[in-house]
Amino acid sequence: MIHSLFLINSSGDIFLEKHWKSVVSRSVCDYFFEAQERATEAENVPPVIPTPHHYLLNVYRHKIFFVAVIQTEVPPLFVIEFLHRVVDTFQDYFGVCSEVVIKDNVVVVYEVLEEMLDNGFPLATESNILKELIKPPTILRTVVNTITGSTNVGDQLPTGQLSVVPWRRTGVKYTNNEAYFDVIEEIDAIIDKSGSTITAEIQGVIDACVKLTGMPDLTLSFMNPRLLDDVSFHPCVRFKRWESERILSFIPPDGNFRLLSYHVSAQNLVAIPVYVKQNISFRDSSSLGRFEITVGPKQTMGKTVEGVMVTSQMPKGVLNMSLTPSQGMHTFDPVTKLLSWDVGKINPQKLPNLKGTMSLQAGTSKPDENPTINLQFKIQQLAISGLKVNRLDMYGEKYKPFKGIKYMTKAGKFQVRT
Amino acid sequence: MSASPAYSEEKGGSSSLGEPEYGHDPASGGIFSSDYKRHDDLKEMLDSNKDSLKLEAMKRIVAMIARGKNASDLFPAVVKNVACKNIEVKKLVYVYLVRYAEEQQDLALLSISTFQRGLKDPNQLIRASALRVLSSIRVPIIVPIMMLAIKEAASDMSPYVRKTAAHAIPKLYSLDSDQKDQLIEVIEKLLADKTTLVAGSVVMAFEEVCPERIDLIHKNYRKLCNLLIDVEEWGQVVIINMLTRYARTQFLSPNQNESLLEENPEKAFYGSDEEDSKDDKPDAASLVKRKPYVMDPDHRLLLRNTKPLLQSRNAAVVMAVAQLYFHLAPKAEVGVIAKALVRLLRSHSEVQWVVLQNVATMSIKRRGMFEPYLKSFYIRSTDPTQIKILKLEVLTNLANETNISTILREFQTYIRSMDKDFVAATIQAIGRCATNIGKVRDTCLNGLVQLLSNRDELVVAESVVVIKKLLQMQPSQHSEIIKHMAKLTDNIQVPMARASILWLIGEYCEHVPKIAPDVLRKMSKSFTGEEDIVKLQVINLAAKLYLTNSKQSKLLTQYVLNLAKYDQNYDIRDRARFIRQLIVPTEKSGALNKYAKKLFLAQKPAPILESSFKDRDHFQLGSLSHLLNAKAVGYQELPDWPDEAPDPSVRNVEVPEWTKCTSREKRKEKVEKPFYSDSEGESGPTESADSGAGPGRLCAGQQGGTAQPWQSFHGWRQVKKGKKKPPQDEGKGGSESSWEEGSVSESSSSESDSGSEAEESQSEPESKRRTTSWLSPVLNPLFPTCLCLTVTPVPPQPASSPAVVSTSLVTDLEGLTLTNASLAPTMLSPVFSTMKTYELLHRMAGEGLSVEYYFNRQPFPPDPHMVAVQIQFSNNTESEVKNLRVSEPKLVSGMRIQEFQEIESLAPGDTASVIMGIDFCDSTQAANFQLCTHSRQFYVSIQPPVGELMAPVFMSENEFKKEQSKLTGMSEITEKLTLLDKCQSDHTIVQRVTAAANVSRVPCGADNEYRFAAKTVTSGSLILITLEQKEAARAHLTVNSEKMVIGTMLVQDISQALAQ
Repeated sequence: MIHSLFLINSSGDIFLEKHWKSVVSRSVCDYFFEAQERATEAENVPPVIPTPHHYLLNVYRHKIFFVAVIQTEVPPLFVIEFLHRVVDTFQDYFGVCSEVVIKDNVVVVYEVLEEMLDNGFPLATESNILKELIKPPTILRTVVNTITGSTNVGDQLPTGQLSVVPWRRTGVKYTNNEAYFDVIEEIDAIIDKSGSTITAEIQGVIDACVKLTGMPDLTLSFMNPRLLDDVSFHPCVRFKRWESERILSFIPPDGNFRLLSYHVSAQNLVAIPVYVKQNISFRDSSSLGRFEITVGPKQTMGKTVEGVMVTSQMPKGVLNMSLTPSQGMHTFDPVTKLLSWDVGKINPQKLPNLKGTMSLQAGTSKPDENPTINLQFKIQQLAISGLKVNRLDMYGEKYKPFKGIKYMTKAGKFQVRT
Repeated sequence: MSASPAYSEEKGGSSSLGEPEYGHDPASGGIFSSDYKRHDDLKEMLDSNKDSLKLEAMKRIVAMIARGKNASDLFPAVVKNVACKNIEVKKLVYVYLVRYAEEQQDLALLSISTFQRGLKDPNQLIRASALRVLSSIRVPIIVPIMMLAIKEAASDMSPYVRKTAAHAIPKLYSLDSDQKDQLIEVIEKLLADKTTLVAGSVVMAFEEVCPERIDLIHKNYRKLCNLLIDVEEWGQVVIINMLTRYARTQFLSPNQNESLLEENPEKAFYGSDEEDSKDDKPDAASLVKRKPYVMDPDHRLLLRNTKPLLQSRNAAVVMAVAQLYFHLAPKAEVGVIAKALVRLLRSHSEVQWVVLQNVATMSIKRRGMFEPYLKSFYIRSTDPTQIKILKLEVLTNLANETNISTILREFQTYIRSMDKDFVAATIQAIGRCATNIGKVRDTCLNGLVQLLSNRDELVVAESVVVIKKLLQMQPSQHSEIIKHMAKLTDNIQVPMARASILWLIGEYCEHVPKIAPDVLRKMSKSFTGEEDIVKLQVINLAAKLYLTNSKQSKLLTQYVLNLAKYDQNYDIRDRARFIRQLIVPTEKSGALNKYAKKLFLAQKPAPILESSFKDRDHFQLGSLSHLLNAKAVGYQELPDWPDEAPDPSVRNVEVPEWTKCTSREKRKEKVEKPFYSDSEGESGPTESADSGAGPGRLCAGQQGGTAQPWQSFHGWRQVKKGKKKPPQDEGKGGSESSWEEGSVSESSSSESDSGSEAEESQSEPESKRRTTSWLSPVLNPLFPTCLCLTVTPVPPQPASSPAVVSTSLVTDLEGLTLTNASLAPTMLSPVFSTMKTYELLHRMAGEGLSVEYYFNRQPFPPDPHMVAVQIQFSNNTESEVKNLRVSEPKLVSGMRIQEFQEIESLAPGDTASVIMGIDFCDSTQAANFQLCTHSRQFYVSIQPPVGELMAPVFMSENEFKKEQSKLTGMSEITEKLTLLDKCQSDHTIVQRVTAAANVSRVPCGADNEYRFAAKTVTSGSLILITLEQKEAARAHLTVNSEKMVIGTMLVQDISQALAQ
């Protein structure tokens, strides 16, 4: 399946290569570079590039291209999904996934890659198992290793791979037993000029951080499970139980993991917590345009909207903008034409507002497109869909764990057209 | 630490200071310049006897490999360390070895013996890793060694090693394809493996080595379907893709009746302006239901078992299921995949890209499926261009009369986007909507005409091109637009657009007789400054005008042709000469002159605007080939449905293994070989604890390798319990927990009927888990319908049933079965038992008729020497089953059957229960007979567990002792056993013994002793059981009986029941 993997940074250096079968010359990447040049922007590089003898499948994350070389027919999503899993694993191991970190930990990276694939077919992709095989470097361990000469490789052969719950490592022990669940919902929406919603949907996830001793068996139930329109689970969740009782029952992996992601469809009415009033106008004759945006809270269920950030890609004709915000900071990059305004909290009494003029290229006619406004915001303690966890129970272990549930609503791809 | 002391040796010793001069950053590039002295350092370090130095050196070498630097000259120094004790050094050496062995074959051979030693290691993980590295060394000379190692590992007792063997198969195959035949044998063997761990890997090997040997799948098909949900995600993808291909060769198209219907609307849709064509679609869908198409149950099994995987977090799995449904499911059911696919659109952009391509293909064929999700395909300004264009494609495919206005409104916003490539694509999309949907053609055309006044030239140009195509479809009505476009020639500069306008005017010059010559006049003035394609069109226009309106344009044409004659471009000169010869009549001009008008002004077919994704679905969706729209290397063609279904019975072999059915096959298997000897038989108890994964674990430990037929029976039943899991466990838990899960959900269905007791049982989760997990195989028959049916008519069970564990859930369910039995008139005395149901005829094998039986432990009044067997029929077919009866019993001599009365008819969905008597002659031989219906006969067999061959006897302690003293010596069989924690209490022990055998308890003075007594049914020989509890959970089990065989088997059964 997967023959080789090349890691390429944004300046086109191949800084890591790994082969699982016979060696494929790195010159194969020339086809990739060609495609990259044609695409001009990184995100437009086609994920699948056919070459005379190979196929290059790539993903672009953290400013690194992960280019997999394959030779025969294989479902492209199989490879793409695997590459993303590789990135996730690196992130899990090193905290961030960047060129510097990978270069610094090249040996660990190599060992991990070696374990993840055997002859190009995925072998161990569960982070719990990998961490048992190869311990992630921590500052403490690095120090200890340099002094004592011990290694990152687990000296105990992992048995997790063989167990019936392959996602959980065995022999977990904690002094404080805790289980935290974060319900995070993102609103994807397109709002039109007049403020009416064109499409809005909620994408939610439940991220868990479970640090429990032994083999706990958890059940999580919701007040209103019918809300969840479409769900996808971590493999640990017992599907049958969900089908019949709408209860999540699972033996959790150790540490951080995504328990489930769900979708609240467009059919349900989605509350839009903020509104944007904008007045952007260009005049044909003058080289000045007017610009004004006001952001305000709409259906926030009494919670504060914070972390508000407005970004907008201005038309090419805009040379500069002179604006004054009522609060927060704003910047305009005259090269990329990107306006961003860090608003912060919305105070309902005094709505944040950004107002001023735009100077346009003289002599040209007014741009006929209007910029779209992208919005970021956060609302703590609220799941906008109304989803509520009813209770969390643990079986199989004797101790009483500390349980915590947090809700948050964020803007996903939230756009206002003008 | 403790698991591998071998590795931790020496580690302490080497702990001193790492030599600082070697630096700490293995990745820093500077030191790896092609300076070979540095490599000398590394060699030195590798030769040292300090592990820390070796490790440091290996780390640097691996860092070199990672950066693509050549480190092959270090091979001799590195390979020496292959047997190093330090595990990390060892691992890094492996990495190095696998990378360079191909280049240094001779030296690589030095390492082989280390791996061969590793292959014999008692630790399964070491065996596996030795095999893994050995098979990764691409040195042709070791092919025979590899072959041997793979064969050996394929029958290893550890499933993990077997998995590694499966992985090694394609490696060997790519090294030496001559080994194919031998490898296929190994694959065949591993395909029969029952563990989830192996399934994915072996199917992958199958796909790489012998994808054409579809016949190997037959016998494993149902197993693969059932295991699927528990296989790891990557294996799932491979298995699903393979099964899609398999299903295409083995089953009939579920949509076959419909394909004709489908053809017509499609044609009408693309070909003409007929507007009602799409209304046929829902009709067609509903037609399916009316047509009597019967789906092969195996086909249904595949669809049912893959559906939950749509909920996977892995996009590749979701896509695999989606393509399976698209290619295999009846039209009415395909819809379920849309939601999951739409969910994937939230994922990374690469995933989006792939999914959208597939959605684009699907949406052409099955538009209705994605219509509800139209808005999910709306485009955001932040999407990458390649995603935008794909979404646009999907939106266009989804457009129909009802939603077109919304879509067009959405398109209007897109046209104002800053991304010009995207705008151009939008205009194309509008054009396609206009051609496909006659109703909006005028609206679209008007919209596009408005765009002609757009400031952006690209937009205008694209619009002109699209308008040109649209006008070609109905030119006569749109002379106004042509006039408007003619005016544009003054302003518009984009060559393609100018050329398009000129072509239009030329083509339809009859509709604009006044303007056309004027345009030609203007163009001839600017001719020299035009681009080539425009010049060609000017010549074209001139020629056409000359032919239609020579009076006005003769001179102009001459002028233009003259200009062209001296043009720099030879194409244009050429064209001018050609046209002059063709249209201007001279004496020299040939025969073609006459046809000039026909040549130039022929009716031209309107261009068809259709999706580039049309017809891509002949590639398997989700495949690389589909994505590239070209056959990739190694792509396995998706076969067409067969016209007639191949024999479905090829998959049947597996029926007895997957259901409880006791049919001839079981007997055959029993006689031919000790159950499952191929894969599981050898596994000794030593490694059973860690070798099991999922269902495999249960079989591993308990068979002990003995091969006597009677013993195999117990093993077989044991296996059944394990195997029972997959069909009902759709959840993702491991084996034990999922049993529990299964039974808990069962219990909830019975709760409503059995009232308070069930509630009690809820209060003790701990004990419940224990008991239910033990019992659940019994309580989870494959036919939930049957269970429900027995449950419903039953009144709450009186709490008086003897020897019952009161708080346990067991009670409720047993009670239910018991009282159900009480409906039969023959019931005399309620004896406690766990009515284990066995399957006589599986629903699939019985074509909808399913038959189960259990030993109701009642005396059989017509003949006291017979064992009563309660048989329960349920009719799952659509029609009545008539004349159910027994015929042609084929019995071992001495055995007798008292047939039940013929059941005249059984209505669909009904169940019926009868009792028959069998005299087994005190042996566990099966009673074989035929079960006949009005239309079919099924060969079935009933094999009694030894515990059912006896009837309880009541006796006092003294009597017991007296009888026991007579039955000593040869007639006494004793076994020592260890009681598990959960099996310490009185009632559990009693309950388990009575469950295993139909015996009654004999009162006993000592409280650490249990006694039971029974008589065999046929000969009435006494059977006395004594269980003595010793200290520390040990116990002695003694059976006294003159029937030694029965005694031995009983000991086995009881100790097994207690060991669970």
